Amino acid sequence: MFKTEELQINIGPQHPSTHGVFRMLVTVDGETIIDLKPVFGYLHRNHEQIAEQNTYLQNMPYTDRLDYFNSMANNQAYAMAVEKLAGIEVPERAEYIRVLMVELTRILNHAGALGFLINDMGMWQTQLAFGMREREKILDLFEMASGARMMCNYFRFGGVVRDLPPEFMPKLKELLVAMPAFVDELERLLRENEILMQRAEGIGVLPKELALAYSVTGPVLRGSGVPYDIRKAEPYSVYDRFDFDIPVGSVGDVYDRFLVRIEEMRQSKRIIEQIVEQLPDARGGHINPKARQNVRPPVGDAYARIESPKGELGFYLVSDGSAKPYRYKVRAPSFINLAPLGDMCRGYKVADVVVILGSIDIVMGEVDR
Amino acid sequence: MPRLSPEELRERMARDLPGAVLEATPLRVAPPPAHGPQPAPFVTTDTVVAAERIVEAALYLRDTLGYAFLSDIAVVDYLADGVFELVYRFYTIEGGDGLVLKVRVPREAPEVPSLTPYWPGANLHEREAFDLFGIIFTDHPYLRRIYMWDEFEGWPMRKDFPKQGDKYIGADE
Repeated sequence: MFKTEELQINIGPQHPSTHGVFRMLVTVDGETIIDLKPVFGYLHRNHEQIAEQNTYLQNMPYTDRLDYFNSMANNQAYAMAVEKLAGIEVPERAEYIRVLMVELTRILNHAGALGFLINDMGMWQTQLAFGMREREKILDLFEMASGARMMCNYFRFGGVVRDLPPEFMPKLKELLVAMPAFVDELERLLRENEILMQRAEGIGVLPKELALAYSVTGPVLRGSGVPYDIRKAEPYSVYDRFDFDIPVGSVGDVYDRFLVRIEEMRQSKRIIEQIVEQLPDARGGHINPKARQNVRPPVGDAYARIESPKGELGFYLVSDGSAKPYRYKVRAPSFINLAPLGDMCRGYKVADVVVILGSIDIVMGEVDR
Repeated sequence: MPRLSPEELRERMARDLPGAVLEATPLRVAPPPAHGPQPAPFVTTDTVVAAERIVEAALYLRDTLGYAFLSDIAVVDYLADGVFELVYRFYTIEGGDGLVLKVRVPREAPEVPSLTPYWPGANLHEREAFDLFGIIFTDHPYLRRIYMWDEFEGWPMRKDFPKQGDKYIGADE
């Protein structure tokens, strides 16, 4: 009689599909996965400890390095936490610029994430190049505004570091005209694509109840059918002024997560169009002129969270009244979204692990901190 | 649906879970300096719960009040007072403000019951707290170091961890 034995294999830490240095300890029975344990820490640099040795402002460029795809979103969450702690007000115009930047980041992140997901499925390079091409256009805008393409360091307490340059808006409007064609093209290429359907439909199912129990956030939670988005659930900044929808999936498989990301790009574009309309009427400048950058917040604690492209990104700060934070804690969405990986992969084949991991969309700089 | 404020939560918990809520005593965030102005004590407005009743309190939030989403567990080391404070953050999926439960444990014996059997999502948070602060979560199914390597000695996020020196494997060889 034919008999199989359980076998433990390592995927990673050095593996091109793990999006960094990440190791999975997989127990397989034949090709079927019985158990999967993620192993972290290859990129650990004790970010939180280092941040406690820095002043509040010195940490702003350091947050860029958490999720290096979405430096603007990290900046916003951190700036919001410090503003809450120190009681700094942000002018209206600055809030609009912030939201504009973060929504551009969301499009950029999803274009990249989908490209990498398709890449992991074996459709080598073409779709990734499509996503990266759009990403470059947005990075050009970031460079125009902040001077840097990836490590933007654009936000300051009470606003942003400088106002948008005059050539920014025409370029942005150009991009907004070209954007729907890109998203439609990506969807047309992939929606009914045979390879994607075979590799994504019914794979890595995360039911609604399990998703909630695992505290996942972002497109992974919404792909499982929970319409939870902090932009709507607890509106921060000026999000209550915009009209947009929250796409949700139904099954919670890789395909649903893929569709949610496509639709979120469209919704982000909707928000940006409303910003372009409302920005000229916004009061105030790009920064609160009274806001001090070398803050010494009063003794206390504060937690601020935003809907970053990957999920709930939160900063918990405790101040002891000095110029350095007493405690600086990052609630990193990529890290928490990895918790259900074992349950999502159980029962599927080894080749599916790569696709399921790609559909969670992790960045190791944030996971390992 | 109106969300609860911390005061209302304390009122309700005093009624339904007598003895679980402790008085929030002020904490010193820094050792008193030799001279100069003394830093103000840190008085929290959040709910402080007895360590041995955190599971009960968390399940009360989840099952009775509907705060089913455990978003974060943070640890703060209050060295001057000799306690660790664990900050549990709960939200509802309908939206609105969250609720915070805080648990204080002595630094000499930092033991807290684990929430992982009830929230599988607490797993990574608790392993991180164990790894970096040395908090022991009783009943945790897989309490092992998550960032540091298994042979590492010490708890790198504690305030009394040396910030300089050659602490790496093979340093004494």
